[in-house]
Amino acid sequence: MTKKVFKGRVVVKGKASAEALVSKGGFNTLASYQHSLMFGDKTGKCSDQNNPELYKKAMAGKALCMPQTIGSTTGGLVLYCAASMSRQPACLLFSKEIDSLAAAGAILADVWTDNSMPTVDGLGDEFLEYVQTGDRITVEDDGSVIVER
Amino acid sequence: MELTKRQQDILDGKEGDVKAKVMKTLVMYGETFGAPKMVDITGKYGHLVTSFGLSVMKPVYELMDTLLDGGAVSSQKFSVDPRPLEKCVPRNLLQDIFFKVMYSKQDDYDKQLKKLGIMSDDAYTCTCYMDEVGNIPNEGDILSWAESSAVVYANSVLGARCNRNSGILDLFGSIVGCVPYFGLLTDDGRKADWLVEIRTEKKPEAQLLGSAIGMKVMEQVPYVVGLDKYFSSLDDEAKAYLKDFGAATASNGAVGLYHIEGLTPEAVKEGRNLLRENYKVFVIDDETLENTEKNYPVIWKDRNATPKLAFIGCPHLSYAQLESWSERIKLALNANGRRKVAVKTVMTAAPAVMEKFKKSEKARKLISAGVILSHICPLMYMNNPQCASMPVITCSNKLRTYTSAKYYKEDELLEIITGGAR
Repeated sequence: MTKKVFKGRVVVKGKASAEALVSKGGFNTLASYQHSLMFGDKTGKCSDQNNPELYKKAMAGKALCMPQTIGSTTGGLVLYCAASMSRQPACLLFSKEIDSLAAAGAILADVWTDNSMPTVDGLGDEFLEYVQTGDRITVEDDGSVIVER
Repeated sequence: MELTKRQQDILDGKEGDVKAKVMKTLVMYGETFGAPKMVDITGKYGHLVTSFGLSVMKPVYELMDTLLDGGAVSSQKFSVDPRPLEKCVPRNLLQDIFFKVMYSKQDDYDKQLKKLGIMSDDAYTCTCYMDEVGNIPNEGDILSWAESSAVVYANSVLGARCNRNSGILDLFGSIVGCVPYFGLLTDDGRKADWLVEIRTEKKPEAQLLGSAIGMKVMEQVPYVVGLDKYFSSLDDEAKAYLKDFGAATASNGAVGLYHIEGLTPEAVKEGRNLLRENYKVFVIDDETLENTEKNYPVIWKDRNATPKLAFIGCPHLSYAQLESWSERIKLALNANGRRKVAVKTVMTAAPAVMEKFKKSEKARKLISAGVILSHICPLMYMNNPQCASMPVITCSNKLRTYTSAKYYKEDELLEIITGGAR
């Protein structure tokens, strides 16, 4: 087993331990969550046809790793709904600085629901190059992200 | 973050616990981006992205109730994205049953919007900045809007200042009357990271060009050169083009602001001084656009199925676009020896724009050719799984991105719907 530690900035504080789900490209929140929220899929299966890395994969309870989110400004609201319905990712991990929509979603979930998503950004390009779907991720509340495989 | 006394009072709960929580959310949001302060909203109206009464979005409606119960209503009137349904848009029995279940909260949500401060019963459109709708910010206005296509238009074409706010946060800003000062609200945030050179043989398709740029620059600001030669000024035609272009940059990427050399207000004033020191260059030629289009996935079960429905108007069409499409459809039908469209076609625009257009002779001819004129959100229509399984075509890159609709360039779509091609 190999272990690598990355350090980022804490956006929403918390600890998490989950399997990695990696999108090397921008994560389109609405396109990804549209079907699962609409049709009661508790696993949060990704419905974004434009994202072959995630398409049809379950997102609920996963450590979602991405550069940033893209697309509709419903993005934050969608993450808030996912958290309210307990279908949210275990944590949100960004290689770049977090974007305004993802930040809104993470903060809305933190302030207005009981299902917070620990969120760390600025983990660097190296993080996204290294991490693979299926890796074990541990998030510490100081912004450390441990990747094990 | 430094707060004014009023802002601090709200945060401290002097205007109630709910408003305090609203302010706390906005402060956390601002601090994430290093905002030093909150600034007052100066735009007359807000714009919200959440217009749909989807039964599964219960948490949103509960939150709205919490706001209303806590006296946290909007301090400014607002427009909102389009409604999902209208009777004139084709649907079969099964689709209708799904719609009734899916959007069972629509009436309740409409009532909530009324209590929260919607401008009028007809203020449902993604193009609130049309003259007929009247939510047109002034240059330099600070806004608390959401709806990616409206935000990018307000920033780029109107020169207003607005971040890509999420749904819910759009309303939060309007409730407390201020937004955190960061990103596209600042002079520095409006500098361009990319110089995009257009080197195509003819005017590129707006929605395809926007898609290519959005995918490349993601949330950064592009400064586009080589497009102004196709437009004499920022007239109706240019505005409609930029509306569609911007919607594609924002849905295929995360662009909140673009500058078009010689056309958009800040580019006209400051020119290439808007470019950051170490800007990147992206050259777009015909091959770039062909490759972009080639990579769009088609998720129809039968890739060669005959289209059953076409949508034109995502984002909603302008009055000039409705007129132009009428003319194009008429000419193409004549050329193809037909009186009616070969594929059921729905054209969408803001209620106020459509109302005005429906009084025209062009609209009467369009309707008699079988075209349906509506004010719905095509995306909301396509959310119905019974509709998503149909072969639907569109010239909207935004609709393509979020649904199973297949993208065609405008001329290709025109040929299909008028029976000139399959």
